[in-house]
Amino acid sequence: MTEPTMKYSEAIEKFDPVMGLEVHVELGTKTKMFCGCSTEFGAEPNTQVCPVCLGLPGALPAVNHIGVESAIRIGLALNCEIATWCRFARKNYFYPDMPKNFQTSQYDEPIAFNGYLDVDIETEEGTKTFRVEIERAHMEEDTGKNTHLGGATGRIHGADYSLVDYNRAGIPLIEIVTKPIVGTGKYAPEVAKAYVSALREILRSLDVSDVKMEQGSMRCDVNLSLRPTPESPLGTRSETKNVNSLRSVERSVRYEVTRHAARLTAGQTVVQETRHWHEDTGVTTAGRPKSDADDYRYFPEPDLMPIAPSREWVEELRATLPENPAVRRTRLMTSWNLSELEMTNLMNAGVLELVEAAVNAGMSPDSARKWYTGELARVANERGVEVEEVGVGHDVLARIEALIADGGLNDKLARQVLEGVMAGEGSVDEVIAGRGLAVVSDDGPLLEAIDAALAADPEVAAKIASGKLQAAGAVVGAVMKATRGQADAARVRELLFEKLGVSE
Amino acid sequence: MTELIRMNASDLVDAMNSGDVSSVEITQAHLDRIAAVDADVHAFLHVDAAGALSAAAEVDAKRSSGESQSVLAGVPLGLKDILATKGLPTTCGSKILENWIPPYDATVVSRLRQAGIPILGKTNMDEFAMGSSTEHSAFGPTHNPWDLERIPGGSGGGSSACLAAFEAPLAIGTDTGGSIRQPAAVTGTVGVKPTYGGVSRYGAVALASSLDQIGPCARTVLDTALLHSVIAGYDPMDSTSINAAVPAVVEAARRGDVQGMKIGIVREIGGEGFQAGVQARFDESVALLENLGAEIVEVSCPNFPLALAAYYLILPSECSSNLAKFDGIRFGLRVGDDGSKSVEQVMSETRAAGFGDEVIRRIILGTYALSAGYYDAYYGQAQKVRTMIAQDFTRAFEEVDVLISPTAPTTAFKIGEKLDDPMAMYLNDVATIPVNLAGLPGMSLPIGLADEDNLPVGLQIMAPAMADDRLYNVGAAIERELLAKWGAPLLSKAPELAGA
Repeated sequence: MTEPTMKYSEAIEKFDPVMGLEVHVELGTKTKMFCGCSTEFGAEPNTQVCPVCLGLPGALPAVNHIGVESAIRIGLALNCEIATWCRFARKNYFYPDMPKNFQTSQYDEPIAFNGYLDVDIETEEGTKTFRVEIERAHMEEDTGKNTHLGGATGRIHGADYSLVDYNRAGIPLIEIVTKPIVGTGKYAPEVAKAYVSALREILRSLDVSDVKMEQGSMRCDVNLSLRPTPESPLGTRSETKNVNSLRSVERSVRYEVTRHAARLTAGQTVVQETRHWHEDTGVTTAGRPKSDADDYRYFPEPDLMPIAPSREWVEELRATLPENPAVRRTRLMTSWNLSELEMTNLMNAGVLELVEAAVNAGMSPDSARKWYTGELARVANERGVEVEEVGVGHDVLARIEALIADGGLNDKLARQVLEGVMAGEGSVDEVIAGRGLAVVSDDGPLLEAIDAALAADPEVAAKIASGKLQAAGAVVGAVMKATRGQADAARVRELLFEKLGVSE
Repeated sequence: MTELIRMNASDLVDAMNSGDVSSVEITQAHLDRIAAVDADVHAFLHVDAAGALSAAAEVDAKRSSGESQSVLAGVPLGLKDILATKGLPTTCGSKILENWIPPYDATVVSRLRQAGIPILGKTNMDEFAMGSSTEHSAFGPTHNPWDLERIPGGSGGGSSACLAAFEAPLAIGTDTGGSIRQPAAVTGTVGVKPTYGGVSRYGAVALASSLDQIGPCARTVLDTALLHSVIAGYDPMDSTSINAAVPAVVEAARRGDVQGMKIGIVREIGGEGFQAGVQARFDESVALLENLGAEIVEVSCPNFPLALAAYYLILPSECSSNLAKFDGIRFGLRVGDDGSKSVEQVMSETRAAGFGDEVIRRIILGTYALSAGYYDAYYGQAQKVRTMIAQDFTRAFEEVDVLISPTAPTTAFKIGEKLDDPMAMYLNDVATIPVNLAGLPGMSLPIGLADEDNLPVGLQIMAPAMADDRLYNVGAAIERELLAKWGAPLLSKAPELAGA
């Protein structure tokens, strides 16, 4: 059931949006937060479990030190203060994916708090920096995963039965919560996306998580409310859960603004509830009602000792933080000679790391950028995966670039080579050999093809000879066709003009 | 040689070492005793004859090949049914775990196995260790060997009764507010609640995590110390476990010298509600210690009267959360899963059917105390009281080496007498609860029979954290004197059990 919406431009004219973003990040630790089980993704259900993460009677948690270290590094990278003393707390509620029926989390004593992240967005007045304030970053454990079977929707309601996989239960999570994001006006969707994107860059640079949104290792909940003016009290919010791509973050904010606005304008109230985002249809649907009075009966986790990171340790971790992505961005922009817009596009495409790795491996910034934002981005988009998952390393690109440079490949052939590599046909050279893709560099076959083309269209020779050089395109095209794209177009042109006695 | 079942653990070890007897014989003697008397006593919920005998045979083989053995190798033991045992039922005295067989061993159980201690079986207890009489076991009460119509204390009544009935020379208990010490007191046996963190809790099904502690039980101070030394020590699986050397409890139990020690009597424990015969035996013990060269001083712990109230907020709060995992999804009882009901309904029906009244009472109390808007007034305040009680102890231990008090206000009461009066039941633990709140070690040892009912009375000794050895030192001194005075252990005065 689709709800009424209002045009975005109209909605934003009438209302001021306020957002709150909660991002859950699965840490890339080898073992779970409170036991020694593996965190590897994709294992057979319930094979990476033990008495602790299954919540069996008698089992006790023990903190993963690397998890705490990662939490502190994340806090520092987000300009947070690091608690001198903090505790875990139990969040009590019953749900079958939660083995103990409480989640070990942090409540009023988060390990990191009071931070911010500056993000750049493109506005009508050019690039603007927007500061997103961060309330807290805290440690907790992930839940298991329910699969509801037998129903039409895949949701619990209407399902015949449900299966639970506890492999994910106990995987360390960091929850990063912003303060209310105000003052974005119509750029709310862009700010939301830019924030999540920048956060992902930082987390990636820290090497604490693989931040794969589509696999759920980074999940975003978007709280949104509207109010008539920036001076009005906050409106009722909805919480869109598990928005699992950058694009969806932007789209879901935009959608919720239009949905809230339609309700408010029609004199209805916004229901405080969770919403499910539907990537395919681009709408949200109602989840469960959520009241401020949800009572999780938090209390300090008595099975774990408080965590008191020494200042020496914190400073040690601060000193080893990687370069801040924003600083890095400026540095790379200069050294690669890019415009603000080109750089932003590169960031938003999520391929900065890939391009930098390629450049470090000897590729030129321009060609690396061209490949990752062009052909590879297109393929990734087509397959609905991230660019790095397409399976083309910079070694492949570098080899292709080298072949193009010395005339062994042209752009069209290069794409075919790439296709072969992605299809698992082997290395670049193996694909070329296997598919017989090398550029025809022998003039003989080219001259034959030129003759054939001229014979098929006698008028064109006269045109070219009379100086209408643009007519050469048709001949080159015909030659390319005849050689199945394996000709070097520049050489064909040269031979053609030589033959007709004209010069460029 | 004395009948095997009446021998102390340390004597049994000597007998095995000198080749007079094997562990298999000792273990079999205890299994026979269980078969003979446990129908009346009901100390055991499950007996694992095969497992115990095979462990005993293994010890015997090692002993004959001259391999080095642990201090208690071959001496069998009764294990409270709250510790997870791989392949052996672990019910916690609850219907909800009636058919649960853990896939893992508690750390203490691993250490017992490692030490070659045959586990005779799992002992009865109040459901999830909630109670002071073992009447709250879903599988029926345990009877006190001194008088089968009376309670053996609780929650660890099975462990205390199996010692007093000579069904086992050693037992393991857990103590959250007195569940080792009060049963020891009312059965004329010895029990120690170690310093919090002194023994790993990994694998002990949690009642109240911040209060629970596993401890040793036996019939003598030395046997208790030997068992203490086997189970204690750091365990990375329990984050609250203390990474430090185990106090020298065995040496202390062999020493028993109180000359020059300062011993404090807590003014706030005693008086109203304390049976005259209990008080009389306590006063004699004080005089005895003085005669042995200890200096006795009265100390005040002004916040102790608040301990019971704070305890009954902290314990239910933690237990309401700890017991949430019993939902019928992954293990144990499942009720109502006929395909027509939601998961919430099945969880709810399972818990309603699987938990007994006392457990439900405390879950409701704790859920309420942790609720938003009540947390500060209840849980928050109780934690402050806890700090104040710890400070009372700190101040007292600036003055004295150990504190003493009666362990329980009365001797064993009749089965059924207090079952309908939770408050009267809770008051049994008024003297034992403070050390749990402060995380300190405490011991109960027998000091005689009350004149009015001829039932055992226990003395409680309390020491600073990680000074568990002081308990054994003082306990051994008293035990030696009393044994000399009585001419035989107190338990020799217990009536003979008819047997099957």
